[in-house]
Order: sequence, then C-alpha cells, then structure tokens
Amino acid sequence: MAGTWGRLNIAALVLGFAFLYLPIVLLVIYSFNESRLVTVWAGFSTKWYVALLSNQGLMDAAWVTARVAFLSATVATVLGTMAAVSLTRYTRFRGRVLFSGMVFAPLVMPEVITGLSLLLLFVAINFDRGFATVTIAHITFSMCFVAVVVQSRLMSFDEALEEAALDLGATPVGAFFQVTLPVILPAVVSGWMLAFTLSLDDLVIASFTSGPGATTLPMKIYSQVRLGVTPEINAICTILIGVVTVGVIAASLITKTRDVQRRRDEQLAERI
Amino acid sequence: MESLGSTRRSFAPWADPKAKPYIQIENVTKRFGDFTAVDDLTLTIYEREFFALLGASGCGKSTLLRMLGGFETPSAGRILLDGQDLRGIPPYKRPVNMMFQSYALFPHMSVEANIAFGLKQEGMPRGQIAERVVQMLKLVKLEQFAARKPHQLSGGQRQRVALARSLAKRPKVLLLDEPLGALDKKLREETQFELMDLQHELGLTFVVVTHDQEEAMTMADRIAIMEKGNVLQVATPPEIYEAPNSRFVADFVGSINMFEGKLREKGSRGSRIVRPDGLALSADAPADAVVGDMVWMAVRPEKMKVSGARPDNAVNSMEGEVWDIAYLGDMTIYYVKLDDGTIVKASTVNSLRKIGDELTWHDRAWVSFAPDAAVVLAR
Repeated sequence: MAGTWGRLNIAALVLGFAFLYLPIVLLVIYSFNESRLVTVWAGFSTKWYVALLSNQGLMDAAWVTARVAFLSATVATVLGTMAAVSLTRYTRFRGRVLFSGMVFAPLVMPEVITGLSLLLLFVAINFDRGFATVTIAHITFSMCFVAVVVQSRLMSFDEALEEAALDLGATPVGAFFQVTLPVILPAVVSGWMLAFTLSLDDLVIASFTSGPGATTLPMKIYSQVRLGVTPEINAICTILIGVVTVGVIAASLITKTRDVQRRRDEQLAERI
Repeated sequence: MESLGSTRRSFAPWADPKAKPYIQIENVTKRFGDFTAVDDLTLTIYEREFFALLGASGCGKSTLLRMLGGFETPSAGRILLDGQDLRGIPPYKRPVNMMFQSYALFPHMSVEANIAFGLKQEGMPRGQIAERVVQMLKLVKLEQFAARKPHQLSGGQRQRVALARSLAKRPKVLLLDEPLGALDKKLREETQFELMDLQHELGLTFVVVTHDQEEAMTMADRIAIMEKGNVLQVATPPEIYEAPNSRFVADFVGSINMFEGKLREKGSRGSRIVRPDGLALSADAPADAVVGDMVWMAVRPEKMKVSGARPDNAVNSMEGEVWDIAYLGDMTIYYVKLDDGTIVKASTVNSLRKIGDELTWHDRAWVSFAPDAAVVLAR
C-alpha cells in the first residue's frame, strides 16, 4: 500500500511541477537555440544573448524598467511602511477602518481598472505621460503590497520596545529610527523586493500610463511577440527569470542563516 | 547587612507628618471607554521608598504605573513628582525610568548598546557613556557579557540587562513592572534581595507592580493593596498581614479564617461577637462597627491551635472533626470542619522530629485562638 501511495505522490508531484515549470524550462532551453525558428531545435548557442546587447530597443526598455522599478519600489516602501505603522500603532484614530480598507483595496482591484483610472487622472490634470507617470502608477499599486507585508510583521512587534526607547529619552521619531525600523527591517526589505518585482513584470498598468520614450520591458516584449517570437525574446526572458530567482534565493538564504544562527545562540544561552 | 537592617527599620517617612511626599497621586482616574481602570485614587510615596502596588491582574496597578511613566494620561486628577505636575510631560522628558515586564531589550543591539541607549539620547559625551556602561555592567555582574545580543542571554541575565539599562540614566524614580515575573522561583528569591540591596545602595525610589504577595512582602517598605482601580490599604508588610483593614485585604494576603457574628460588645478592653450558633468569641482588637452589626473575626491559621481534647481555659474554642491534613514537612495544616460546616484552617510548625501524629482523619478536634490573635473586620 505504502508503495503505491508513494508512487502516486511522486506522480502528482511531477505533474504539478511540470505544470508550473515546463513552460519556463522550455523558454530557457529555446533561448539557447541556434536556429532563428523558435520551435525548431538546431543545437546549443549563446548567440541570441550577444545579439541582445546590440538590440537598442530592448536595452532601452530594460533600462527604463530598472529605473522605474527601483524608484517606485523605494517610494512605495516608504509610503507603505508609513501606512502600516499608522494602521497598527494608532488604532484609535477616527476613520481607521475606512483608511485601512482604502489602503488594501488596490490589492484586489483589477489592474485594468487601476490603469484606466490613473490614465484618466493624468489626462484630466494634463500630465504628460512618460517615465514619471509609470513610476507614480507603480507606486500606487505596489504600496499596498508593502503595507501588507510590513503590517504583518508589526503585528508581532512588541510595542514595549518602542515605549522603552521613549522611556529612555528618545523622541518618537528617534524611537522609530533607532528601534522600530531596525527590528522590522527584514520585512521592509522583503516589501521592497516584492514591490520591485511587481513593477518589473507589470504590463497592464504600464501600458495605460506610459507615454513615448518610456516603454518598459514587458511592453516591449509584448509588442515584439505580436510580430512573432524571436529567440532574442527568449533570451531576455531567461535573464529576467535569472534575476528574480537569484533575488528570491538570496532573500530566503539571508533569513534562513539568520534563523539558524539565532537558534544556535539561544541554545548556547540556555546552557550558561 | 546588620547596619542595613537597622537603617531599614528606622525608615518610616510616612509616619512623620513633616516628611515631604515625593510622588503624589491625587484623585487620579483613568477610563478606557466605558471601563474605569483606576478610580479616584490617591496615594503618596516618599523619597527612597521601596513601594509595591499589589493586586490581582486587572486591578489597575499596571495602568497606574504606566501613568507614572507617561504612557497613559490620567482622565482626571493629577500626579506630582517632587512637587512638579507631570501632566503633559511625555515619557522621554520625565525623570523616571521603567523596567518593562517583557524587559523590552532592543534585540538588534548588544548588551552594551542597550545600556548606553538612554545616555546616548541625553547627548552624553562618548567617554562618559563608556564609563557609565562599565559601571552599570559591574553593578549587575555582567561584565563579560557586554558584547552579547539579548537573545544570547539567559532569562536571568536579560533581567539584569533590563535593570542596568533602566538605572543607567540615574532616574529619580524607577518603575518596575513585574520585575521578577519571568524568572523561576529560585532565581526570583535571589534577585529579590539583590534588588533591595541595589535600591538601598543607590538611594532611589522604587515603585514596583506585582501580583506576587511574597515578593511584595519581602521587598517593599510599604504595600498598597489594589482592587478594581482602588487602593484598599497602604501599610507596611507586617501591618498588612497582622492588621488588615478589610476582608479583601485579609484574604488576599496569606490565608485567614473568618468567623461571622453579631457584634455584642466593643470597648477599650476589646470586642465580643456572637456566632449564629450562639457561640461567643472575643478579641482584644477594637471593632470599627456599631453594636448589633454583623462583623467578621479573622484569625490567621498559624495563630489557631488545634488539639484532640477540649483545651483548658481557652477563651475561644470551637469543636469539630478533622477534615483534612496537609503534611508539608516544615509544618502541618489541619482543616477542621466545625459542626456548623465551617472549615477552619490551623497550621502548626513541626519544630520537633516526630513521625505519626495523635490527630488523624475524622477525629474529634478543638480549634482555639487567643484573644490577641484575632482582628475584627467590619467590611
């Protein structure tokens, strides 16, 4: 019995992972294809990666995306952290329920609607669409993700730490920067990484709010694919996957080693 | 230690009408919505006093401490420290420091940095900070742990760091919220005496919140018994134990037998009550009630005598049956069920070595107490 169950489990696992990762694996494999035809394998080559470097359009789009992602993630992290702090700390202010609802609504708001409404706003106030508008739009929708991540960390944060800082003479601002922020920093960093990734792969909102000269990488890829998939696209996507994977693994490794170290230290303390 | 004991004994500013109060809590009320945590409370604490707020959880003792620290604002009334009204002064500008129940050590800072934190906020020069930190580490005997992080310390060490950190700024008053709550029993007993020595050595005023009566009795000069946001009695530990002013206080601190009866006589020679079954009991203590009122005569178990035969010439004796015996080694506690159903607790110290006792379960037994052993409580 155990054997059959084991086999069934393995089969389910393989199927599940195949479902999740087969398309990505295919994409990575074909990015190393010698042939210009995407679906015909003609041997291993890295020539599309080299070709990528000379594709000015793609490189420009990548640069725009990197800048938008960096800037929007940073601003969204500051705003999202501020929102999370006020939502967890000042539980008794008027309109708190409304405020928290409004912060988290964009989480479930269809992107098309967010994009469209932002577009309408920019048109209404006659704001020239371009780099600035994409960045603002990305801040708007990624800020609530940061707020969620930071808020969940703050829930388990011992408020007495902040009170102790005040008690020892730190001003409220001083207490925040010297005690609260360093303690919740891992959550803030992962919030930033989440915002960065969200911005990196957003197509819908960017399409609505971008203007000439501010084409992001997903927009560029999408428009090129409509003319036919080229191995160059596979190559740039592979690089994107690589960047995201390295980031995720690095982040989890940092947390994990810190946890292990901490546990070892605690055991050490028990023995004294 | 000898001299310390004697100075302790002579320390009683509360008995001196000319003594200047240090902390004055005047008619303070604190409401949270519909809930009144502290209700029109008035209390005076003197300089260099070790003052304990004792009560069950939810009695308002922690709220009162937090108002002293500046973390809560009184809804009414005022708090004066050395004559200065503390209203509107935020925690970071008060000359008091607090030791938190959870210790609230900054997890990302070393022991040294934790202790230096308050001094850094003051803008003290670096050299002086280092000097003070070394001094504080020495005070709590943690010199070799300076570079450790809080999670690398044991519970007792963390408690010391918290103490050192809250003392580093040399506050006028140190507030301690259940300072020994997280320690195991043995460590707690050791630390009690260390805290007392430290307080005496530094000449500080300590206000400690605790739910542990032994802790309060051991350490404090005076104890305030709190219930439902009110102070029921403020007195020295022996006064609280031997002369409680109400049934609640008598019952809350230690255990006590209560005999209800109608007050028959009261006067300079003492009081006499008559129990519903007609038995009269008398005590030397005066009664704060009108003759004819129902009152309670209260006697501590160790002041009750238990015997297998009717005691000769005992003023107050009651007959019953041995209901339960708890042999604890150092003492034995007898639970005697009187004929009217009242269970009386009597404890005897086993000062002689003996195994096996003449009294056993279901024996007839008499419990008695001397007139000077009882107090009469009107409420």
